[in-house]
Amino acid sequence: MFKIVEKRLLADNIYLLRVEAPRVARSAQPGQFVIVRVDEQGERVPLTIADYDVESGLVTIVIQTIGVSTRKMCALEEGDSLADFVGPLGNPSEFVNLSAEELQRRHYLFVAGGVGTAPVYPQAKWLNEHGAKVDVIIGAKTASLLIYTDEMAKVCDNLYIATDDGSRGFKGMVTAKIKELVETEGKQYDECVAIGPMIMMKFVTLTTREYSLPTTVSLNALMVDGTGMCGACRVSVDGKTRFTCVDGPEFDGHKVDFDEAMRRQAMYRTQESEANEKHEHKCNCYGK
Amino acid sequence: MANKIPRVSVREQDARQRATNFEEVCYGYNAEEARLEASRCLNCKNPRCVAACPVNINIPAFIGKVNDGDFAAAASIIAEDSSLPSICGRVCPQETQCEGSCILGIKGEPVAIGKLERFVGDWSLENGGKSAVQADANGHKVAIIGSGPSGLACASDLAKMGYDVTVFEALHKLGGVLVYGIPEFRLPKEKIVAREIASLRDLGVKFETDVVVGRTITIDSLMEDEGFDAVFIGSGAGLPRFMGIEGENLNGVVSANEFLTRANLMRAFAEEYDTPIYVGKRVVVVGGGNVAMDAVRTAKRLGADAVIVYRRSEAELPARVEEVHHAKEEGIVFKMLTNPVRVLGDDKGWVRGITCVEMTLGEPDESGRRSPVVKPDSEFDVECDVVIMALGTSPNPLLKQTTAGLDTDRRGCIVASESGATSRQGVFAGGDAVTGAATVILAMGAGRKAAKAIDEYIKAKR
Repeated sequence: MFKIVEKRLLADNIYLLRVEAPRVARSAQPGQFVIVRVDEQGERVPLTIADYDVESGLVTIVIQTIGVSTRKMCALEEGDSLADFVGPLGNPSEFVNLSAEELQRRHYLFVAGGVGTAPVYPQAKWLNEHGAKVDVIIGAKTASLLIYTDEMAKVCDNLYIATDDGSRGFKGMVTAKIKELVETEGKQYDECVAIGPMIMMKFVTLTTREYSLPTTVSLNALMVDGTGMCGACRVSVDGKTRFTCVDGPEFDGHKVDFDEAMRRQAMYRTQESEANEKHEHKCNCYGK
Repeated sequence: MANKIPRVSVREQDARQRATNFEEVCYGYNAEEARLEASRCLNCKNPRCVAACPVNINIPAFIGKVNDGDFAAAASIIAEDSSLPSICGRVCPQETQCEGSCILGIKGEPVAIGKLERFVGDWSLENGGKSAVQADANGHKVAIIGSGPSGLACASDLAKMGYDVTVFEALHKLGGVLVYGIPEFRLPKEKIVAREIASLRDLGVKFETDVVVGRTITIDSLMEDEGFDAVFIGSGAGLPRFMGIEGENLNGVVSANEFLTRANLMRAFAEEYDTPIYVGKRVVVVGGGNVAMDAVRTAKRLGADAVIVYRRSEAELPARVEEVHHAKEEGIVFKMLTNPVRVLGDDKGWVRGITCVEMTLGEPDESGRRSPVVKPDSEFDVECDVVIMALGTSPNPLLKQTTAGLDTDRRGCIVASESGATSRQGVFAGGDAVTGAATVILAMGAGRKAAKAIDEYIKAKR
């Protein structure tokens, strides 16, 4: 069992949990994820790592309540425990293998969308600590859905906020902000890293392709075991089938077949929404 | 004459009824049936069954004790060579091993060795009959990677020798393929697998779930930081294979591993569990091994019309004969000499069918089986909404990538000697991680050999 030592509501339906998982905390690197199971009946849910601390043995995850399992997770309180918390899974971001000199020469642009902002944080933090220049765009529909803005501001050179309705920062999509930075402000980046909803990552890669800006994306494919056994997470990259859990989760965004990836992500949507309705019904019954 | 008694048939759940539930198909022998069946054994001077058993269980000796009604003694005889009789009695391919070489099988039916082994194993679980002799603790630590058949067998032997054994399991449940792969209706999880594991706990074996060696920890960190004298790798088969045909990434195409893991490990068939599973109305399973049979029978139980598509003929099906027989009884359709060439999708990207070609059998290939050849102009479509690929696996690269100096072969399997020694000192391996996908009994045998080699290695180091 893995104890929750801190729980915070970050935005509508988005929670932060800090969990005691010393073995995971000791091995985690930027770009990796965990699989969490709330209880004996729960699904194995892949979630990105938002932060980790070797000394305290704590790992931070950020969860958006979408399905039954994530709602059950977010219904837990500090002091409660998660049944399973396994990781770190997937490969660390490629930049962790670069030399100190190379890192100091490089300028990164991170594009974070929604709950995908959480996994950008440890990457930006790591690069910032290692002397790279880091700009971050955080995008959301509206200001109340923004997360990690204060934390992020501390680990990057320039933080840009973009909201669809203009309630905070730049009014418009993250792609328009990228365009402004590159075309109007003349920014030169060595690499773009986009993490967020599939649809956002798709359009970011379409935008950065115009500037021949190498772009890494982190895919949140469906998974069961997360160790290479099931193949649920397969994705077409450069026309080849790859497993997100063992070959990824980060891939060259310009080579990912996003349309297929989005379709595959929706594979269990019918069952999931049925389960959600049932869960809601149950919760209402308990309330009475 | 003992051999005039016909083979005692085993009681089974009615085929039509069982095709709708996940209860065990075969009920097994009771004591009376077991003794009667045991009386058929000729107690051969030169028992061919023993030679044909991958772990050389003294079969005539244990059957003799069953005949005498001394089931505890029978259990002790099996325990000398096998640590998982309740499991192997259920899942071993007896027809190509012990029973396949039984003298009685030449003119009639062989002794039901598998069913007798299962009876003794179950009796032992019920009555605590396994009187394992355990040596005093010797203070040496051994780590086992994976809690499948090879890991459990290795752990069991080492614990009996007095080692301090910890098993690391990547998933949340113990048992490896016994839990995620083989379905409940063939191998009950709580009644059998959990109890076999509990008996290892009684021997002092420690288990840590949710630990992926190669990610959470490494083999080097186990040996350098956590003080393990030796490591046994029993990490299993690995990544599911796909055919590489058009349409394979459509929604509705899954690997047998995924389908079975959702059903078995994640209990997707049970209402109270949250994991979704998609079966549709008609399921085509591609492949002819035990995993294919498990997948197709699971799909049937979840309410689909279920079809097996296999490129060779029925004689070449690698699955256990009993599973094929049970599958047919349950109404599974077998389309033999048929091979898919593409998966067909609808305009939303979901499977609507599969295009196949007819095959004929040509010259024998390197495996000795006649290789299938495509019949020209034989394409036809089969309607379905789910396609399950049961084509075997390729090795998981994780341990190779994260363990310096651990050699693998051309296919990516870990290179290990007959005794399980790898290219890394103190690191041993066995089971599917070494051989590629094989059987429970072979994995168990490899685990036991490695336990012996680990004991010798640590003693020599002292």
